[in-house]
Amino acid sequence: MESLLNIGIVRWFDNRLPLLSYTQHHMMDYPAPRNLNYAWNFGSLAGLALVIQIVTGIVLAMHYTPHTEMAFDSVERIMRDVNYGWLIRYIHSNGASFFFIVVYLHVFRGLYYGSYKAPREVLWWIGLVILLCMMGTAFMGYVLPWGQMSFWGATVITNLFSAIPLIGTPIVEWLWGGFSVDNPTLNRFYALHYLLPFVIVGLVVLHLWALHHKKSNNPLGIDYKGPQDFIPFHPYYTIKDAFGVGVFLIVFAAFLFYAPNYMGHPDNYIPADPLKTPAHIVPEWYFLPFYAILRAIPDKLGGVIAMGLSIGILFLLPWLDTSRVRSATFRPVFKWFYLLMLIDMGILGYVGSQPAEGDWIWIGQLATAYYFIHFLVLLPLIGWFERPRPLPDSIAKPVLAAGPVPGVGAAHDKA
Amino acid sequence: MAEHTIGAHEETRRDFLYVATGAVAAVGAACAVWPLIDQMNPSADVLAISSTEVDLGPVEVGQQITVKWRGKPLFVRHRTEADIEEARAVPLEDLKDPQTDAERVEKPEWLVMVGVCTHLGCVPLADQGDFNGWFCPCHGSHYDTSGRIRRGPAPENLTVPGYAFTDDTTIVVG
Repeated sequence: MESLLNIGIVRWFDNRLPLLSYTQHHMMDYPAPRNLNYAWNFGSLAGLALVIQIVTGIVLAMHYTPHTEMAFDSVERIMRDVNYGWLIRYIHSNGASFFFIVVYLHVFRGLYYGSYKAPREVLWWIGLVILLCMMGTAFMGYVLPWGQMSFWGATVITNLFSAIPLIGTPIVEWLWGGFSVDNPTLNRFYALHYLLPFVIVGLVVLHLWALHHKKSNNPLGIDYKGPQDFIPFHPYYTIKDAFGVGVFLIVFAAFLFYAPNYMGHPDNYIPADPLKTPAHIVPEWYFLPFYAILRAIPDKLGGVIAMGLSIGILFLLPWLDTSRVRSATFRPVFKWFYLLMLIDMGILGYVGSQPAEGDWIWIGQLATAYYFIHFLVLLPLIGWFERPRPLPDSIAKPVLAAGPVPGVGAAHDKA
Repeated sequence: MAEHTIGAHEETRRDFLYVATGAVAAVGAACAVWPLIDQMNPSADVLAISSTEVDLGPVEVGQQITVKWRGKPLFVRHRTEADIEEARAVPLEDLKDPQTDAERVEKPEWLVMVGVCTHLGCVPLADQGDFNGWFCPCHGSHYDTSGRIRRGPAPENLTVPGYAFTDDTTIVVG
């Protein structure tokens, strides 16, 4: 990169639009904490998943027809007749699941190491907004094949808005463009499904801007003291991220080629029938915990509010968690409650996949209650009563105690 | 001049022009945004969907037919005497959305209603649930033989649309 800038014409261009300098500054010289572990791989993997979804999505849009009479058949045509259409569609449908897998792992990383705490609250908020946009995009994308799950998923989710008092029904009819989910709904969902990923790209730029402004959190969760705490992003983390990409692609390919419908639902290969609800409708796996929370409250408006709050309260997390220690490594009590919360979310996910009857009802209600108790009661209390283990003096000290690392030193002076 | 220090301010004609310009721009922007919002509401062709005529002749006692009306399923049920008795026997205080059976029918043997669960819009299944009426498989709402909500998350009874008998065996819905 630097040698490129020695070329006259490149320097001339960079002087007028510093594209190269910016890239160098943010993707190569960016000072990253020297102790990042593999939990820090999921951000770049999420970025990769977004690119995969956009590229395959644009290709699918060239063959798809957004009309209730033709949508289902056009998807089947992609699967059977379009060259490599089966591959591109399976990449897109499995890619959505893998996007959520890496984003959820990215969020759990942040929850464990306290990445949401000061001074990274805005970074955390933007991440949550990205998650909400992903949910909207995924939901509308799932409607496009116009199968039974598409239609009834769209019906149930849009009906959530009818819970709003007084203006609920007009809002739902406005969303539908009619009196039920129909062709106008499919058309606008297609338009928005195409738009939202680019909104996400814009939000990712803001996310990275906020990240690079306050710098990355790290496994110790302590503030950086000086240049000795950093190593340049390139080549140290570019190579580490590249390794992560390799692992990710192996797992992705395993699903893609050996179980492409494992995370889907067979009912969506039945064309939509507005007169018949499938006996057991479930959302895609990545919505299941939220779906369980929706069903846990035996009241329409209450269920919708609880589901909204389950993500809404995460915006307040930087203040609900009263501990000043970021990393769970030094929080002996929080660590166990973190584990309990993961188990609780797992239970919620499983309950969401089961029919709303019998024991699943009270199990779902208990798990929902615990979810809110964790964030609203336990987290503030743990921060008060817990005695954290002593924090290390600096990021660099334990690493450099073994002697200076050869070859490190020139690049981070720029930081 | 001394009185022209930064921060000191008295209202001038220029302030009025600022506020007036801003107000006109805001109203103009709101007017321009409205068509972009309203285009998503049901269009003229959707609103123009005609009413539906249903022939009740072939529907036997105890049978239910489903017809499509405004893109939604419409349940037309030829109720048995037992169904009617059961619906009438329910005390109003047992109901979440109190309505007598008589308010929900034109003729007691014919129950006509929109087959869309008032919770989140699934189609309830007939002859199921704990009240011998309908059961919604999505989130477990139970309706009785008059289509009234008895248990589960749904807030209201199944909607009875406006309809009229044109002769003994024909109704026009909508």
